[in-house]
Amino acid sequence: MAGTTRVLGGHPGLYGEYSRKGGIAITATHYCAGCGHGILHKLIAEAMVALGVQDRCILLSPVGCAVFAYYYVDCGHVQAAHGRAQAVATGISRAEDGAIVLSYQGDGDLASIGLNETIQAANRGEKIAVFFVNNTVYGMTGGQMAPTTLIGEATITSPGGRDPVQSGFPIHMCELLDTLRAPVYIERVSLSDVPHIHRARHAVRRALEIQRDGKGYAFVEVLSPCPTALRMDALAMEQFINEKMEKEFPLKLFRDRSKDTEPIHRPRSDYSKDTLDRIFGCTEETLRAEAFEDTAFETKGIKIAGFGGQGVLSMGLALAQCAYDSRRYVSWYPDYGPEQRGGTSNCSVVISGSPIGSPVVDHPDVLVAFNRPSLVKFAPTVAKGGLIICDSLVGDYAVPEGIRAIAVPATEIATEMGVPQAINVVMLGALMEVGGLGLPGEAYSGALFEVFARRPELLSLNRKLLEKGAKAARESRTT
Amino acid sequence: MVSRLVAGNSAVIIGAMYAGCDCFFGYPITPASEILHEASQYFPLAGRKFLQAESEEAAINMVYGAASSGHRVLAASSGPGISLKQEGISYLAGAELPCVIVDVCRAGPGLGNIGPEQSDYNQIVKGGGHGNYNTIVLAPNSVQEMCDLTRKAFDLAFAYRNPAVVLADGVLGHIVEPLRFPAQAVEPKIDTTWAVSGNRETKGNVITSIYLNFDELERHNVRLQRKYARIRENETAYEEYKTDDARIVLVSYGISSRIARSAVDQARREGIKAGLFRPITLFPFPEKGLMLPAARNCTFISVEMSNGQMQDDIRLATGCGRVELVNRYGGNLIRVEDLMEKIREIA
Ligand SMILES: Cc1ncc(C[n+]2csc(CCOP(=O)(O)OP(=O)(O)O)c2C)c(N)n1
Repeated sequence: MAGTTRVLGGHPGLYGEYSRKGGIAITATHYCAGCGHGILHKLIAEAMVALGVQDRCILLSPVGCAVFAYYYVDCGHVQAAHGRAQAVATGISRAEDGAIVLSYQGDGDLASIGLNETIQAANRGEKIAVFFVNNTVYGMTGGQMAPTTLIGEATITSPGGRDPVQSGFPIHMCELLDTLRAPVYIERVSLSDVPHIHRARHAVRRALEIQRDGKGYAFVEVLSPCPTALRMDALAMEQFINEKMEKEFPLKLFRDRSKDTEPIHRPRSDYSKDTLDRIFGCTEETLRAEAFEDTAFETKGIKIAGFGGQGVLSMGLALAQCAYDSRRYVSWYPDYGPEQRGGTSNCSVVISGSPIGSPVVDHPDVLVAFNRPSLVKFAPTVAKGGLIICDSLVGDYAVPEGIRAIAVPATEIATEMGVPQAINVVMLGALMEVGGLGLPGEAYSGALFEVFARRPELLSLNRKLLEKGAKAARESRTT
Repeated sequence: MVSRLVAGNSAVIIGAMYAGCDCFFGYPITPASEILHEASQYFPLAGRKFLQAESEEAAINMVYGAASSGHRVLAASSGPGISLKQEGISYLAGAELPCVIVDVCRAGPGLGNIGPEQSDYNQIVKGGGHGNYNTIVLAPNSVQEMCDLTRKAFDLAFAYRNPAVVLADGVLGHIVEPLRFPAQAVEPKIDTTWAVSGNRETKGNVITSIYLNFDELERHNVRLQRKYARIRENETAYEEYKTDDARIVLVSYGISSRIARSAVDQARREGIKAGLFRPITLFPFPEKGLMLPAARNCTFISVEMSNGQMQDDIRLATGCGRVELVNRYGGNLIRVEDLMEKIREIA
């Protein structure tokens, strides 16, 4: 990036003076003599103006020599992190459907650190035009090897020439992206000399037309001179591109599917409260009056545990809903730790007459154990004077002193009723009957409706299961 | 007032959408994934933009893009994903772009596990990415606050043109509690003085964080520091529970503060004068609020699911040597009885 007086200007797509750059040479660029970036800037500026879309254009400056593209091109500008330009472009394009987003990137930026973002944006068919400056080298950082460096080409970090055994082969971005379905336009052009620049001008314009029409992803790879990093004079540079680079990276229109592509329109955002209330189901029937302070109501911690699939978590939710409908303070917390994968699960429900501190129940007042492992694990943690409700199938178990235990044939009842998956409803019935939680009976059947089944035929079955659970618990207590 | 039972991660999306959030860019990670799920379901229903990104890095850079164009944008992740976002967060702070990032913290380091922890404190509160910057950090401790502080985070992010983070944890993400729905819905306006939106009005604007000239970058830094000072001055928030006459002050945020509150109640039942000081903003850290109990020579206990990361800040704020630590790691929650043991020992 030696000091230079190269002038780029005299076009309405470019600023008259480069005041963002500052300095004395206010109409000169920061680019080295013979650099391709300035030429490409001008081609983009020309296309913007010619298509009448200048106001809509947002040019992304990459990390690389073109990091200051915003000094020159007269449009909106966003500077992006190294390699992330197409993710940034995606964000802008999704948010501003009317914007024409132009991602401008070097080979290190696009094909090395940003390769994933490149492929993914292309694969999604984002509405962006990508200008990929392939100069076979990292310019800005002083001439290191790039993913596009030719075999045998010497750079600072491949002093003996790129050796494919050590560093692999040059990446062909057009060919790579040409394997994807979504891109609309892919072309490789060159800036080596005037005839090539004419063809490049055409490609740049097509890419912008596709953006103007909102059709999707356009990718233009530009073989570009970097005489400074490659240590070549103008003639050698021209020959290098025309003979060596073109051999590795043939110039070609890979695809132009714009005629067969429909414009993509993104919806307008709706910010109205009515819409939000509607989509979140914020209706009279789903909303409840809030809990009220009632210090006479004793706080209760309930733990419900069993195998995954037994409906442990939804039983907890039903209980929480029931407490909530009764205007008690309530919290439900699923233990989502490693055991969830191992097939057992549990949740904590706290019900209180005042705001709830810890939502985690370490010492339950009531433990509902659906299976033996849960009983064995949690029975020792039950609070003194507490209650255990378990399925009759758990077998004999010595209950800790000072704790009551009630076995309910929940599995049996649910199976008899033809709904073996509804053990949890039977258990809820048992809890309602003997749990001593101080919640009204109607609240339980109301909660069934909320949590389990909004279909009336299931509701009546669930009510029956609830009653059978209650009855079984009553009988079990008296025996 | 009316409300409904809602999970913490769902409350984030409700808060964001009523706050006029227009775009969500995410990548799956437990225990934050439900935020992504809910966004995928609800954003399109209101014409808002949802995209599952290819990585957390891509996601945060999509946030950067949409924020550049002046829109309200949300991202959510957990520890490993937040680590990946740090470069992007530094760029957002450097370019002074507003956005909201939710961290539903899980246990680390490395892959750790999906249990709750608060060990992202330092990487969130102290910056985490490169350079001299701060994000605004809000720490909810209930489902209601998951919603309300997400909304507030948008207001603060835009008031100061700065990224704001809602720092939660695995428990808060999954807990179900009553949620009072927002009474208002925000219809955001693009600020054309700085946004780059692809129209004539904003054509002259540029979003960048590069300042080649040393003096210019120094001035930019000084300006940022002044902004952070203003945030410190005006936005500090905390809650006190029974601290008036307390001899022992538990300092705790997020889910740990709920457990600490239960311990305070238990201590009071045992006749021990304990109280709870709960920072709601972690940046700015409520230093002044802590000075009062410090002046009364209280003993502090930092209650956190991390290795004393907040304890350091309490020490700095109070200039007090007597800051004890009760903590757990690895996905384990602090238990009320762990706290009681320490409280009784001190009392
Ligand atoms: C994360 C990160 N890594 C490395 C750098 C240093 N860096 C600046 S420019 C650049 C390479 C640019 O090369 P290229 O993309 O080929 O563009 P050119 O400069 O050749 O136009 C690198 C590695 C950076 N800014 N950020």
